Amino acid sequence: MAEVRAEMVANVWKVVAAEGESVADGDTLVILESMKMEIPVVAEDSGTITRLAVAEGDVVQEGDLIAVIE
Amino acid sequence: MFESVLVANRGEIARRVIASARRLGIRAIAVYSEADADLPYVAEADQAVLIGPAAPASSYLDRDAILAAARATAAQAIHPGYGFLAENPEFAASVLTAGFIWIGPSPESMAQMGDKINARNLMERAGVPVSAGTREPVADVQAALAAADQIGYPVMIKASAGGGGIGMTAAADSGQLTAGFETARTRAERFFGNPAILLERYVERARHVEVQILGLPDGRVLALGERDCSVQRRHQKVAEETPSPGVSPQLRARMLAAASQAGEAVSYLGAGTVECLVDVDAQDFMFLEMNTRLQVEHPVTELVTGIDLVEQQFLIAAGEPITFDPAHVTSNGHAIELRIYAEDSKRFLPSPGLIEEWVEPAGPGIRVDAGYRSGNRVTPYYDPLLAKLCVHGTDRTQALDRAAAAAAAFGISGPKTNLQFHAELLESAEFRSGDYDTSLVSRLRP
Repeated sequence: MAEVRAEMVANVWKVVAAEGESVADGDTLVILESMKMEIPVVAEDSGTITRLAVAEGDVVQEGDLIAVIE
Repeated sequence: MFESVLVANRGEIARRVIASARRLGIRAIAVYSEADADLPYVAEADQAVLIGPAAPASSYLDRDAILAAARATAAQAIHPGYGFLAENPEFAASVLTAGFIWIGPSPESMAQMGDKINARNLMERAGVPVSAGTREPVADVQAALAAADQIGYPVMIKASAGGGGIGMTAAADSGQLTAGFETARTRAERFFGNPAILLERYVERARHVEVQILGLPDGRVLALGERDCSVQRRHQKVAEETPSPGVSPQLRARMLAAASQAGEAVSYLGAGTVECLVDVDAQDFMFLEMNTRLQVEHPVTELVTGIDLVEQQFLIAAGEPITFDPAHVTSNGHAIELRIYAEDSKRFLPSPGLIEEWVEPAGPGIRVDAGYRSGNRVTPYYDPLLAKLCVHGTDRTQALDRAAAAAAAFGISGPKTNLQFHAELLESAEFRSGDYDTSLVSRLRP
């Protein structure tokens, strides 16, 4: 199981992946926006997304859970 | 001179404009969002008006809220700073219609230059060199591929309504162009509300050099020297210097003359910037775009010329004579600006947070234009610029040494900053040699 967490305070601009989807290492899960920059959050492992903890428009803090990949 | 000015901006540039206003005895009015209530510029203004919540669309981009603040405080003039509404001709027009003085060029000049395709075409007709590129919006991938075949690869994909490097992508071949085109269109639509795309020849060994212009009410457009802005990450500037070490006196003379010509072609009034690409190998230049506002990096020009550009903006907007004799503008020594961003020094990722410590360097030739102080919170809503560390020296070597010492003495803790990157930049043989181009940062951070 791998937890994907936010590296910084940001707004969730786009949720690209969905719960139940299988992803490969490097696939974009969500795109965050902070300080006028888009920051893709990518899967660091391949597997199935068992949890997607954010929705578009959410604000995430550093360390907040974004997704769980199993 | 008008007696009061509302500054429709935030952070370091609001503070910079407020400082000149107060020095000249003009009442300075700040506007701020809920996220910015504690920033220094709010406290330093004579008056400050809360205009909305943190999100820019509900505050610094809310035209009605800004005009309402100007009415409520009986402001006579509005200074837009840079970014936000500074290059929005509709906003400028509504400022004028509401009876305020707009500190900037006419909405007509802004509209002519705001659209990059239109600006390129206009400059070409005015005899200013432009790079090979499209003369009308590129409709779809097929049209892009056809245009790129004409222009020759590599090409740069750009948003016609864009700015600040956002949404620009280089494509080395048709595969990259196909992949990048739709992304560029989506971004252009999202960030600038206009999906029009242009393609331009991408010059690989290029410097990004711009000319400061100042349009006078009598129609003359002065060129006040150049700034080299080739140190960029993600097509955004990180450090600037003047004079440019990559521009010969002959090339400089041609660039300054072309910049005046460009300004005169659109009856430009006030401070503006003509951005060019310099082909290092050919010692030639091409028009890129005109920024119809005060530029972030204006301090380096101020340091070598001794001219307060904001003061000239005020005087020109008020219809009064400028403070210097255009026939006797001299450039003394060398100046460098380092943009201190709230981002890590390795990957340049944003790092908002609470500023626990903020100690600015001081000493001969050092100027700090800062938007924050200790105890402030850097929020994710705005750009990551914390401060501009500017240094002046009698020559480039002294300026480099002063910049390195000042960067080392700048104490910021809390958010990560790019101060470490600047230290490495100032030590790098390539930057110190002066013989660098826009790929310098990607070589330092492969």
